[in-house]
Amino acid sequence: MLKNPEQIEVLCGKLFDEYGSVFPLPPFSQKVCSFFGSLASLLMKHPQSRNYPDVVAFGFFCRQANIEGLRCRYEGQTENRLGRGISFHIAPSNVPIIFAYSMAVALLAGNACIVRVSSKPFEQIEIVCGCIRELLASSEYSVLADYITLVRYPRSRKINDELSSVCDLRVIWGGDSTVEEVRCSPLPPRSNEITFADRCSAAVFDAEAVLSSKSALAHDFYNDTYLYDQNACSSPRIIYWLGDEDICERAAEHFWGMVHGYLLEKYSVEPVISVDKYTAACRLAIEKDMQVIPMPDQLISRMRVYSLSPDLEKYRCAGGSFIEYFDTSLEALAGLVSPRIQTISYYGKLAEKLRSFVIEHRLNGIDRIVPVGKTADFDTLWDGYDLILQMSRRISVQ
Amino acid sequence: MIENFNAFEPYSLTSDEKRRLLTRELLVLTEHHKENCPQYANLLECLGYDPEKICSPADIPFFPVRLFKEYDLMSIDCRQVFKTMTSSGTTGQAVSKIFVDRETALMQQKVMVKILSDFWGKQRLPILIIDTPAVLKDRRTFTARGAAIIGLQVCAREMCYVLNDDMSLNRDLLDSFLEKYKGQRFVIFGFTFMVWQHFYRALLESGKRLDLPEAFLMTGGGWKKLESESVSRDDFKKALREVCNIGHFIDHYGMVEQTGCIYAECECGHLHASNYSDVIIRRPSDFSECSIGEKGIVQVVSVLPHSYPGHSLLTEDEGMIVGEDDCPCGRKGKYIRIFGRLKTAELRGCSDTYAESF
Repeated sequence: MLKNPEQIEVLCGKLFDEYGSVFPLPPFSQKVCSFFGSLASLLMKHPQSRNYPDVVAFGFFCRQANIEGLRCRYEGQTENRLGRGISFHIAPSNVPIIFAYSMAVALLAGNACIVRVSSKPFEQIEIVCGCIRELLASSEYSVLADYITLVRYPRSRKINDELSSVCDLRVIWGGDSTVEEVRCSPLPPRSNEITFADRCSAAVFDAEAVLSSKSALAHDFYNDTYLYDQNACSSPRIIYWLGDEDICERAAEHFWGMVHGYLLEKYSVEPVISVDKYTAACRLAIEKDMQVIPMPDQLISRMRVYSLSPDLEKYRCAGGSFIEYFDTSLEALAGLVSPRIQTISYYGKLAEKLRSFVIEHRLNGIDRIVPVGKTADFDTLWDGYDLILQMSRRISVQ
Repeated sequence: MIENFNAFEPYSLTSDEKRRLLTRELLVLTEHHKENCPQYANLLECLGYDPEKICSPADIPFFPVRLFKEYDLMSIDCRQVFKTMTSSGTTGQAVSKIFVDRETALMQQKVMVKILSDFWGKQRLPILIIDTPAVLKDRRTFTARGAAIIGLQVCAREMCYVLNDDMSLNRDLLDSFLEKYKGQRFVIFGFTFMVWQHFYRALLESGKRLDLPEAFLMTGGGWKKLESESVSRDDFKKALREVCNIGHFIDHYGMVEQTGCIYAECECGHLHASNYSDVIIRRPSDFSECSIGEKGIVQVVSVLPHSYPGHSLLTEDEGMIVGEDDCPCGRKGKYIRIFGRLKTAELRGCSDTYAESF
């Protein structure tokens, strides 16, 4: 079927000819669930895993208890559902492990998967692919062999065309430009698509709570930000401090002091990023009412603004660059929100307050509200989609 | 005032004198740009600038050079713009726009002449340009290549463009130029890669050998392209000595944002800061000043930019101070090495487009 398969490196499975003959599975089919349980054990045992916290986190996601928890969450919603058929995934190039989550959730929803992994040679991809290959080669899971195909190929409209033409569901990661590029390849009329556009995130901190926080907060915040060079769509770039001015100031001092101490051990800023961060601060200074808050070094760049608007997102910069805003109430948060805002992470008892704020103000952004430290935790609810339901078909019965 | 500097030979000030003069002049310039360039004033305010705290050129706030690509920055009325210089960028890339008034343009020329005459003497020399006259076609928007050539014009008795529009070497022109100035001093000027590709290679292929011990080969534009072909600076010099027996090599570092204040290479192979400008190398981790011999990010200060806020710039180049006031060539001031652009970063992140986003 594929006209130029020589450009495609098949990491796992095969580019089968009879795509049409793969039958969808029901969501959370027993075989698939136990497959992930076994994958979790293999990943945890893998000698290289411990060097990669993202592989460990994926293993943790796959473990039996977690999958079982997910299954229970969907109980009563999936009885009349089947997967859509063949899913085709374009994974982002800079986050090695996303491909695995994309595949996992599509498989749990009942689909066969063709996944294009990052073309960069990430060790994490080799580890996960190796474990999957090993399982599919076993008699226990050979029935799933037709359901998992992992491929790598250079940017190619032609191959995108081919793979899009046979899929029932297309999943595009990698942000606006990748979405735009892949959308040049037409989908069959009945197929649908899930796209992960460029997003930006913020955090809301209860200043009083932060004042009495311990170093665990710095660790959690690190995982949300610097662990992915503050460049994941869920990494906060804007921090909304909630409290009286003087308390916010003290809380921020305390907080950044802890984060800075943590970073000294864990993170270093590349020279060009150091210049980028300074340039971003200058850009904001030229255009907005703001103040650069001096820091001892370039690990953390702090920019305090005095009003919030959706265009602040333009001034973001990866690698530890934070726009901060102090206020006594949440009201001003509405001014920041645009459809590009994805995650609000919070510290303090703010979950319910934030939820009702989004609903009451009928905000057209904010898809996730999660505690600090959890922004990167993958879930089947992502970016405003319920992926299990989106990736399956519901049969109506009267 | 710039006159304070003109009284001196271009490389005569030792560190203490220079620091005193530069600090004073840069403070005046900082105030001038603050008064006249609103974007610059905003930046100073957000950085909490306090002139009382400025004790040396290194204390003057630095402006990221990239912002000249994003904003039209000028400290003059736009009717006073005499010419707009642009950096040479590949198609589609943003280019720096530098707005120059008559006064600044004049100072740029004067300083350039003064610096170069320290190398090849006070008289104007004939210059063989390894480029095509087409590089100057639109006289109102100069590229860096064009700007460098125009800057040289004031030091030239005659300029001869020796490349055809298709970049082939015009042998007849070359021969008649060499015939005319046989046995005399003259300058060959070109961007490093152009000299290599269109002059050296053309000569090599033709089998022709030249004997030019009186010639000064002045190059600029960096070494990245040649290094990517595994040609080092030494290889370059050796090759050109072999084919043309070039007597003197003057490489230089400079940028369109600080035209005039070039850092020219002395006989010892060092790039020198003149009285009119200086280099501060900064540690990427906290922007503190590097010691001599320590690599870091290059900041350049210059007393020339009056019409635009370019008197203190943070570049994206990596460099090092080799020494100060003690180069065996006798020139005072800092002498430096430039290693080229800072390496781009491989960031993690969800969006595939980070590199292009700004």
